[in-house]
Amino acid sequence: MRRASNAPLHPLSPSARAVSARDAAWLTGSLAVAVLPHLARSPWWLVALALCLYGWRVYFIVTRTALPSRWLLLAVALVGILGVWVDQRTLFGRGAGVMLLVLFSGLKLMEVRSHRDAAVAVLLGFFLLITNFLFTQSIPTALGMLAAVAMLVTALVAMSAPQRPLAASARTAGILLAHALPAALVLFFLFPRVQGPLWGLPQDAYAGLSGLSGSMSPGNISRLVLSDATAFRAEFRGETPPHRLLYWRGPVLWDFDGRTWHTGRGTLAHYEPPQAGAQAQVYRYEMVLEPHNREWLFALESATSAPERARFTPDGQLMAQAPVRSRIRYELTSVAVDAVRPAETSTLLRRALSLPPDVNPQARALARSWRASARSDAEIVEKAKQFIRTGGFVYTLEPPLLGAHAVDEFLFTTRQGFCEHFASAFAFLMRAAGVPARVVMGYLGGDVNSVDRIITVRQSEAHAWTEVFLQGRGWVRVDPTAATNPVRMDSGLARSIPNAEALPFLIRTDAEWLRRARHRWEAIAHRWNVWVLGYNPDRQRDLLSFVGIPSADWRALTATLFTILGVLTALLLAWSLRRLARPDPVQRAWAAFCRKLARRGVTRAPHEGPRDYAARAARALPASRRIILQIGALYIGLRYGGGPTPLRVAQLRRLVRQLRLT
Amino acid sequence: MIGAFLARHPRLANRLYGFTPPERGTVVLVHRRVYIVPTRLGWLYAGTLLVLLVGSINYALSLGFALTFLLAGMGLVAMVHTARNLARMAISTGRAEPVFAGEAAHFRLYLDGQAPYDRPAILVRHLGSGVETLVDIAPHGQAQVRLAIPTARRGWQPLGRLLLETRFPTGLFRAWSYAEPDARCLVYPRPERSPLPAPTPLEEQGARATPSAGNEDFATLRSYQPSDSPRHVAWKAYARTDDMLTKQFTGEAASELWLDWQRLPAGLDTEGRLSRLAGWVLQAEAAGARFGLRIPGQEIAAGRGDAHTASCLQALALFQTEAP
Repeated sequence: MRRASNAPLHPLSPSARAVSARDAAWLTGSLAVAVLPHLARSPWWLVALALCLYGWRVYFIVTRTALPSRWLLLAVALVGILGVWVDQRTLFGRGAGVMLLVLFSGLKLMEVRSHRDAAVAVLLGFFLLITNFLFTQSIPTALGMLAAVAMLVTALVAMSAPQRPLAASARTAGILLAHALPAALVLFFLFPRVQGPLWGLPQDAYAGLSGLSGSMSPGNISRLVLSDATAFRAEFRGETPPHRLLYWRGPVLWDFDGRTWHTGRGTLAHYEPPQAGAQAQVYRYEMVLEPHNREWLFALESATSAPERARFTPDGQLMAQAPVRSRIRYELTSVAVDAVRPAETSTLLRRALSLPPDVNPQARALARSWRASARSDAEIVEKAKQFIRTGGFVYTLEPPLLGAHAVDEFLFTTRQGFCEHFASAFAFLMRAAGVPARVVMGYLGGDVNSVDRIITVRQSEAHAWTEVFLQGRGWVRVDPTAATNPVRMDSGLARSIPNAEALPFLIRTDAEWLRRARHRWEAIAHRWNVWVLGYNPDRQRDLLSFVGIPSADWRALTATLFTILGVLTALLLAWSLRRLARPDPVQRAWAAFCRKLARRGVTRAPHEGPRDYAARAARALPASRRIILQIGALYIGLRYGGGPTPLRVAQLRRLVRQLRLT
Repeated sequence: MIGAFLARHPRLANRLYGFTPPERGTVVLVHRRVYIVPTRLGWLYAGTLLVLLVGSINYALSLGFALTFLLAGMGLVAMVHTARNLARMAISTGRAEPVFAGEAAHFRLYLDGQAPYDRPAILVRHLGSGVETLVDIAPHGQAQVRLAIPTARRGWQPLGRLLLETRFPTGLFRAWSYAEPDARCLVYPRPERSPLPAPTPLEEQGARATPSAGNEDFATLRSYQPSDSPRHVAWKAYARTDDMLTKQFTGEAASELWLDWQRLPAGLDTEGRLSRLAGWVLQAEAAGARFGLRIPGQEIAAGRGDAHTASCLQALALFQTEAP
């Protein structure tokens, strides 16, 4: 057999090549860059263990002593695995998996002896990088990933040619990645995307997602409001609605148990979206919703039609088919100000009046007194708003704790609360007075970006309000918080809460330059979200139909993909070879000269030097004797004399061109 | 198995390998002659990418896709770069000094990168003997490779087939190429030490009146001629005066040594005779004797000096071999 790979100790085989101290140090550094983001989230003991393992490796590199035995490493591994199990109570799932990966990266590093071990450690580094995306996929994360990939690839390159300087290997790695970029882009946009997940995900897969929950009890919105995280972004085509119309409708709460409002069971009633009235404002916009692990989609009040693969519930709430676990994008049209709504079914109206017995007796009494004196439901609503406006209520993020009769205590004793207290109490009063009412959760307002006019709505804008049913007008929004704190409606949360309280830094909007910088950054982040992070099967279909492939199935897509990749590879190969294929002009001219003579039967023998060949040709073709000898002399001068001068090169080429052999 | 099959069908092998051995002049490894397959590490890398892809789909990780596809593109590009590390490299050979059978023939190869970039970690292996060496070629540079190939038989020994292989830059692919440059080394018979035969008196050969040059007694100095043995150059005089002078000796003029095939014992076979004659040539040369060689079909007139010795040894080396 002649195949080199069958030889017992192939000098290029990765197992036969020991890793030099320099390459081991570089590999340790690259893995450290890849593992760093994980350490920020790891428990302290894992951080300590990982730092010890990495530091231990550095110690061996510096002292150049033999690595520890496998038994010692096995013991460390067992201790680490035990630690993970104690911490997570499992060895599977996202949290435990990432912890094990961090542990193994350090352990693998401790047994890197040959090129092969090091290559496996590099592959482990890629896993460290991708698992980081489970937690964050921001632009800085992407840049960090690029740096880590470049370092890991440099490690691979450095190991395949250990005698080269590291800078040369880093440059080669850079060239490799730069050449890889077109193929990577083509793959990213054209690789047939399928909607995940392919199988059931571990329990903790979406642990980090935050958003409104399906119920409302005192305190849960005010906790959410402390989060700076983005809930969604909206981009309006045409006019952007004023701040006081930015009611983003989410889950509708029907059932009250005395303390907590729930969405309750669904009903089969049909929902008729509202029609635009004469004075209505129509807004068209695109939403980019962050994953929140619930089915509902947010829409500006009131949406007129459901987007694709979503439906209306009977209370006008938009629901996706599955919990939103990745960023999604949808387009909507909403009408505001003069939205004509249909009548409501009696089942739902009855449900909008039900209250648990025996809670909040004071509030019930108050509501009964309003019912007795009022002539219409609308008047009762007005009385209630009046009560809240003049009752000395304080809008605060840190209200006192409430007991069993939460509404009574809030209305008559503490008088301090956040939007959920106001909404809950108001809806209770309405129902007690016989006016059908329900609570709506969602977001109010949003931050209009001065750069791209996109409205960013954060968790800190979470809000709750009520809707009451008035005969002849249908469901009407009543925001009891507005009665006590009109500032919140027009300027957002930051101005409506006293400064001392613990609002996130970013939503306190004192510094104008800071605000502008943030807007710029958010405009970039939005594009990033839409085109990189939000690139999904839908977006791919849009893109393909935009470039003129309206209904590409995965087979056509794969064929196109492979064709493009093949062409790219061929182009790269051709370009690489072309750089090599061009000999210098002197050589080309000489080759042309030899070809011309060969056609006349004077072929240059392989051993024949230019002088002998020219002399022989001159003897064989006496008619062109002078020019042949001149070409020979010029070539010898250019080739073996001093460096070629452009003038003499041009002369040689001209003479060869002029050579006519008859 | 494939190797054995191709060895029996050389023309098919030539078609497959893209050249007909031996190749005269400079051999250029055009890209059609460069083969490439993934290494085991390459397959492991592909497996890793598959896992990364499935993970990205499952968790809908857009940056996971980006990482996976960047690495996939890198793998694709690495294939081109690995092939490029060999492609269009030019191989030429230098002169190999004659050796005696049993010694290693030192073949010199010149690997000309012909590229604006470097070509690191190229393995050159002589397939016949397994002798191998690793070289790096600098940008626009040339590397010299010396292969010490063991010899067994006298005659012309061709270099034979070479394997050139590289895994640079990533180790994910193995690119290789075969070349068979037209280089050969003259292998003299293995010399056998045995007592020299008695010199033949000059009268038997015909009269030679003038005293001829020997190296017994120093006679005079004359100017150096390129064929003179370096041992006779007056190096001390050269160091003093910068003039290359050759010492002239007289002596042993009375006799010539004839190394004659016919005078060897009858029981000796051809190779044994050639070995003994080669041994005699070396001893005669060391003794500075004038000697001639007589083998069936060829006679080399008496003479002395390095060139004479070399032609005698060459005659012995090529005795009854077909000139390649």
